[in-house]
Amino acid sequence: MNLHFDVEGGEFISAGVASSKVKKVLKQLAIQPEIIRKISVAMYEAEINMVIHAHGGVIDAEIMPDYVHVILKDEGPGIENIELAMKAGYSTASRLAREMGFGAGMGLANMKRYADILQIESEPGKGTTVEITVKLYPEQS
Amino acid sequence: MGNYHSVTLDKNRCIGCTDCIKRCPTEAIRVRHSKAEITDDLCIDCGMCIRVCKSQAKRALTDSLDKINKFKYKVAIPAPTLYTQFKKLRDPNIVLTALKKIGFDEVFEVAKAAEVVTAYSQKLLEEGKINRPVISSACPAIVKLIQMRFPSLIDNVMPIISPKEAIARYARQYLIDQGLESKDIGIFFITPCAAKVTNSRQPQTIKTSDVDGVISMKDIYLELIPVINKLQPEDIEILQMSSANGIGWAASGGEGLASKVYNLVAVDGIENVITILERVENNKLDVDFIECLACVNGCLGGPLTVENSFVSTNRMGKIKKYVKQQGKTRDLNIINPKIRLKWDYGLEVTHIRKLDDNMMVALTKMEQIDDLHKTLPRIDCGSCGAPTCKAFAEDVVRGDAIIEDCIFMLREKVRSMAEEMMALSGMLPPSIDQNRRES
Repeated sequence: MNLHFDVEGGEFISAGVASSKVKKVLKQLAIQPEIIRKISVAMYEAEINMVIHAHGGVIDAEIMPDYVHVILKDEGPGIENIELAMKAGYSTASRLAREMGFGAGMGLANMKRYADILQIESEPGKGTTVEITVKLYPEQS
Repeated sequence: MGNYHSVTLDKNRCIGCTDCIKRCPTEAIRVRHSKAEITDDLCIDCGMCIRVCKSQAKRALTDSLDKINKFKYKVAIPAPTLYTQFKKLRDPNIVLTALKKIGFDEVFEVAKAAEVVTAYSQKLLEEGKINRPVISSACPAIVKLIQMRFPSLIDNVMPIISPKEAIARYARQYLIDQGLESKDIGIFFITPCAAKVTNSRQPQTIKTSDVDGVISMKDIYLELIPVINKLQPEDIEILQMSSANGIGWAASGGEGLASKVYNLVAVDGIENVITILERVENNKLDVDFIECLACVNGCLGGPLTVENSFVSTNRMGKIKKYVKQQGKTRDLNIINPKIRLKWDYGLEVTHIRKLDDNMMVALTKMEQIDDLHKTLPRIDCGSCGAPTCKAFAEDVVRGDAIIEDCIFMLREKVRSMAEEMMALSGMLPPSIDQNRRES
């Protein structure tokens, strides 16, 4: 099953619609709660990053019988140093975003923690593509 | 074992409108054949439908006051919300005395046990063994909501019995110690809500409830009013054992206030609770404790209360002030430290009906639901009997509804059939020449 979302930038309040929708579908498919939590946390962080840093973008989520694969693509400023951005607590978020309680520097760290496979491709000035894969039945593989 | 529900439908009163289906937080209701139907395994007994039904067709099944006569020794355990239901009343002793006057032999307050539960919760919070943020288990509707919609948060729920169960246990043990036989003791909870009726009949995390019956606050109010009005100051017995903190549990934020936890969120109203729990699921709420109550203004807003909850919130403040400054309490301690307050077993995930056991088939059905949803008007009018077009699409794919149940889809079909008939009506057998016939 494929789900497509257009995410608007700067919309802090409504951010999280895509991850929430994917979460709903997975709950309906009776996937284990811990697995759903992994996907929704990782995806939510990535979605929020799009809103905070990249003026939105597009999300394509593919739900397969044994895994979920989410591609989040934006044409934002890109990440200068992915390794540094991965560090817990490192943040380049705007003051506004921080005032709203976002931008604590845990986004990428959390994504790495919860995703089974995390791929980030970024080119400064051009944009970022984040791919998150979570296995639905990890004990089988 | 089937699911017992206090919330039920009076078919004769139901007019088949869309009020309850639109407001049910778990989308558990559908209108079929002009009558609402509650889906058993989706209902959490929150009582929202009782509140919104204009025809009073939604009811909470409770026990009648007569049931107390089945027991030799009758004990009332009122929820603190009861104290706030009476105009100008400040002293809980008046209500407690009146309860004895209408037939109870003894009264023990749920508010007293709330204090004990608070102290025990504080201990568990300090130990730090429960997943943070710890979620209060005081509201049974919220506990059921978590089991169904937020299963990943089950291990965050405070594993302590409710103040209602705790006081029932203390009461029974105390009376047994006084020489009474357990079978002769009838413990009756005076409830502001339906969820606590269900929770007493079919407890989830304990083997059996010590509550023998549950009486609606609305019903008992009518019995108490004439008694309270006639009560003279010298008639008032000192029966209160609780403090302002325990009584305050009935209001939203009361449990949190009593717990003295600094970093907490107190949320009331089921829609607000859902928003907060969504945030917790996304790891985006950095607090130690969350008090969640399904009703707006907490238990004071319960569907079986009489008074408007904003008015009773005002009264709650006055009662607490009175209790702190000039309240008189009874010189009796029934709190027995040997009584267990922990759950007997943990919460289970409530599995909603699967689309299919086979994941491939389930996924295909999910796609069908999504595709069908896109063709629907998506105005969520409710005429089909489902709360939203999305829910309707799911019902159709599950085989519980047909596409023509949607009046817009039906109209579309009628139109296309009419067009087809028009086209057909213009056709002639090949033996007839079109031009000759027209001339």
